[in-house]
Amino acid sequence: MNMKDDAKTRILVVEDDPDMMDQMKIYLESENYEVVAACTQKEAEPLIKPGAFNAAVLDLMMENPDSGFVLSHRIKKMDPSIPVVIVTSVTKETGFYFDKAHDPKDWIKADAIIHKELRFEQLKAELKRLMGGGETHA
Amino acid sequence: MPDDDLRAHKLDILIVDDEAGMRSGAERSLEGFSVPLPDFGETVTFAVRSAATGEEALAALREKPPAILLLDYKLPDMTGIDVLEASHPHDFLTIMITAFASLEVAVTATKRGAFDFLAKPFTPEELRATVAKAARSIYLQRKARRLEEEKKQVRFEFISVLAHELKSPLAAVEGYMHLMQERLKGPELDSYDSMVERSVVRIAGMRKLVMDLLDLTRLESGKKKRAIETVDLVKAAGLVLEAVAPLAAEKGVAVELKAPPELLLTADPGEMDMILSNLLTNAVKYNRQGGRAVLELARENGRVAVRCSDTGIGMTEAELAKLFGEFVRLKNEHTRNIDGSGLGLSILKKVVKLYGGAVQVRSTYGEGSSFELTLKDAAVPAPEPALKA
Repeated sequence: MNMKDDAKTRILVVEDDPDMMDQMKIYLESENYEVVAACTQKEAEPLIKPGAFNAAVLDLMMENPDSGFVLSHRIKKMDPSIPVVIVTSVTKETGFYFDKAHDPKDWIKADAIIHKELRFEQLKAELKRLMGGGETHA
Repeated sequence: MPDDDLRAHKLDILIVDDEAGMRSGAERSLEGFSVPLPDFGETVTFAVRSAATGEEALAALREKPPAILLLDYKLPDMTGIDVLEASHPHDFLTIMITAFASLEVAVTATKRGAFDFLAKPFTPEELRATVAKAARSIYLQRKARRLEEEKKQVRFEFISVLAHELKSPLAAVEGYMHLMQERLKGPELDSYDSMVERSVVRIAGMRKLVMDLLDLTRLESGKKKRAIETVDLVKAAGLVLEAVAPLAAEKGVAVELKAPPELLLTADPGEMDMILSNLLTNAVKYNRQGGRAVLELARENGRVAVRCSDTGIGMTEAELAKLFGEFVRLKNEHTRNIDGSGLGLSILKKVVKLYGGAVQVRSTYGEGSSFELTLKDAAVPAPEPALKA
């Protein structure tokens, strides 16, 4: 992967909760990632350009209930190799539950969906896994 | 054909009588008989089956329970009451047919769930009238059941959304705690000030949500104790102005009160505070830096008119349409950093309704919004009734 050649791996983070954004930034930056931040679907859309970022972490529900899915679809259409992680607190009890294991038709164009209270280790692990860390997808 | 099904619905009737003449007579009377139920948008017709003995009746009931059971009391092998007992529990309406309208039979049959009685001999008109009454009752029951289901569904959705709304601030606070635990910003305590500050803000938001929720539940259950007295709305508005002053100063919003020196309304002071602070807080919160918020109070045609306008961010048509829903927090780039429980306007609407009013909103995106409502004097509660001797 040539993104390793860049000084830092850039991650597009789209999140409408200012605190979650703040935390994600602190965390990802501490992991030596560079964060490209957007607070709404609208703000994120013009950022989806070739070479603008190497991976994306998207909140699901923003100004639209499916903002994360829409953005992820656009990103994958532009470049299917860019890893996309959708983060959502929408969980089983709301009746709207999404995960890749129960999406046999592959409607959801994301590589991973992280549920419930986000654990940063979990996010880190997903990003590492998806980006291969320069190694094979083990 | 679902359309036809809607317009003409067939109810199943089982006639149980040992006299062949009775059975065929009843069948003939109900053939082609229809009961219009305009309230339900339906016309009911009947499909009639019959049985001559208790055993036959029980077999027919097991095979396919009817909507209505016309049941003779005196059957060759058992009584009608035995049939009811043997088929308990059941979901059909029973009309007992008795030759001798004895009180005892009536009482026992009613205990076993009989809906109505028909004394022998009866005319076809009497039979039809009784069956029509039963059909109406069935439809009312079904409607009640459907409403109950819908109510359950609404409650379920409400709780789901509530859980979600509480989880976001919890997740935020938890996240900060986690970052602090990991000392992600180094050993200096000062580096974590903003995290602590944001946690405090989010916890305050949760507290507000819980308080608003309690207000809303009390309003909805009608269990809220109201203290109706004469309230000077101008004075009440003054207090609200004081309360929002720090927030207004922070945003540089000029708040103005336009009102006569005094404006009296028979009302609950707590509810008035809810209305006024709700309106004014929103007008300041959703304003632009350096904007204006005006609260106007006036007596108009025997009512109090309350108007609150701002020079804020305004709303689009689509946003306006969603505004009064529970937990609706309009999400856009302007509202992102504004805290709120999403219950304020639901509460406002419910309180205003207690005063025979409604809330009207006008808004222009990017220019501002104006909320208008009228309040009638609340009825003064009757004094405690004297105890009867």
